[in-house]
Amino acid sequence: MIDIMPYLEILRYVLAGALLFGGAVFMIIGAVGMLRLPDFYARIHAAGITDTLATVMLIAGMMLHSGFTQTTAKLALVAIFLFLTSPTATHAVANAAHKAGLKPRLGKVQPPHPRDKMKGAK
Amino acid sequence: MIFVVTIMMTAAMAMILARLLRGPELYDRVLAVNSFGTKTVLFLCLFSFLIDRPDGIDIAILYALMNFIGTIAVLKFFRYRSLDIALAQMALRRAVSGEDR
Amino acid sequence: MGLDVSFDIFIVIDLIIMSMLLVVGIALVRLNNLFAVVMLYGVYSLLAAIWFVSLDAVDVAFTEAAVGAGISTVLMLGAMLLTSREAKPTPALRRWLSLGVVGVTGMALFYATFDMPNFGDANSPANSYVGLQYMYDTITEVGVPNVVTAILASYRAFDTFGEVVVVLTAGLGVMLILGIGTTRTRDGESPQSGDETTQSAPPVTTVLATENHHIVLQVVAKILIPIIVLYALYVQFHGDYGPGGGFQAGVIFASAVILYSLIFGMDETRRAIPAKVVQFGTALGVLIFGGLGLVTIAMGGKFLDYDVLTAADPILGQHVGILIIEVGVLVTVASVMLSIYYGFAGRYRELKDQDW
Repeated sequence: MIDIMPYLEILRYVLAGALLFGGAVFMIIGAVGMLRLPDFYARIHAAGITDTLATVMLIAGMMLHSGFTQTTAKLALVAIFLFLTSPTATHAVANAAHKAGLKPRLGKVQPPHPRDKMKGAK
Repeated sequence: MIFVVTIMMTAAMAMILARLLRGPELYDRVLAVNSFGTKTVLFLCLFSFLIDRPDGIDIAILYALMNFIGTIAVLKFFRYRSLDIALAQMALRRAVSGEDR
Repeated sequence: MGLDVSFDIFIVIDLIIMSMLLVVGIALVRLNNLFAVVMLYGVYSLLAAIWFVSLDAVDVAFTEAAVGAGISTVLMLGAMLLTSREAKPTPALRRWLSLGVVGVTGMALFYATFDMPNFGDANSPANSYVGLQYMYDTITEVGVPNVVTAILASYRAFDTFGEVVVVLTAGLGVMLILGIGTTRTRDGESPQSGDETTQSAPPVTTVLATENHHIVLQVVAKILIPIIVLYALYVQFHGDYGPGGGFQAGVIFASAVILYSLIFGMDETRRAIPAKVVQFGTALGVLIFGGLGLVTIAMGGKFLDYDVLTAADPILGQHVGILIIEVGVLVTVASVMLSIYYGFAGRYRELKDQDW
């Protein structure tokens, strides 16, 4: 009978490292998307990556890293609150932009800005 | 390991900051601020691991809750130009006045 | 990792954070769109909080987090409501003049830094005299793990009393200038819907039946508001052990009410927390704080000397005293924040589309 506890401990740190690193990579991908994508509606997709997958991976990694302590519970709270607020805020932004008449960019055509359209009508 | 992840996080924050400064729409900026807030929350968690002081996570929880309020306030004020009226009421008023965008 | 490496780590992170702060600061000066400026202030506060954490000033960072992201954004938007959306261009002469003033002041401050002790210097004035004594004596005299709370609420309680009075004065000033929004006339309403607004908001169900795009916001806000209030209480009562205390808890509590009013409207909020209650609360907190001081005098101690509160155990007396004055701070800070918000939100002004 071999003692598996040390191996589990190593596995825990390896898994934590992988999750943290993966989360950071997704975070970078999301940030590059925020910077490079052509219009607002496309950028929301990039924000979605950071809000959901990267957040979950990073916090899961930190929870594994910290072990079973009070910090773990607090990190779980952070995850829950971020999961409640962040997508809701993104939804609100998208909803507001849509209601304000911001059109997505299709192909190479830049749709007219709602402000200009309003001026033209008056 | 955590240090490398933290540095990567600051790189992401710098990129979001660039988007925030460039705009061009107000909505881009709001999205960037919200995203920046999420990243700050995670950065604070990582950083409190780095300095081995779990108090930073309390601040992270607080930011996770507070950031939402700022975003909603900016959106509401930009859309309705008032802090006063209930959102549901605005929807009703639009429906009554037949203004449908 | 060796010790020298871990030293470098924080230098790197500090440099990154401070350069971001610098970029945000320059952008704040350069931008004309006030919406963007308000949002950048939020980002500035986020970065500043990180920087405070890295300086190991967790309580300061906590205050920055409580005030910077939520309430200051809302209040600055409220101030914008009364002004315009774009900053007016300043004349060239004044621009150069202010640049000169700022430059000279900056150079003077920079020159002053050479006289300051190094960061963490053991012989600096802050680390030698009374500060050192507080660090040594807190556990035996006050019995509170968080030294910041011990200094704020016990050793320097009189200073804190002054701060609470300053907060009260600020609230009174805003109330005097803007009112608290009770006696406003909402003449700015659009005419076809003016009849349904003033007193009775329509029941939410009818709105849900018609066209409501904010149902997600409403549901999430209903989940979040109790959590925020609960968190405010945690901050309030955990202040002896971790970062936090009455000031932060008051701001967080006010933020919960502000979130409610942002989603469900001021009329509903006034029904939940009437302006009279808010007005009463601003004074009540100071009364609790000062009243405790008078009680300690009556019981034979000095002003705000909590040792006499319980005859047997001075440490217990300290705990009780800190608990009571933190409640006073909470009540005053939350009420003042709400009264300022009520004042700004009550100044309703309908902007026309062509105004901006």
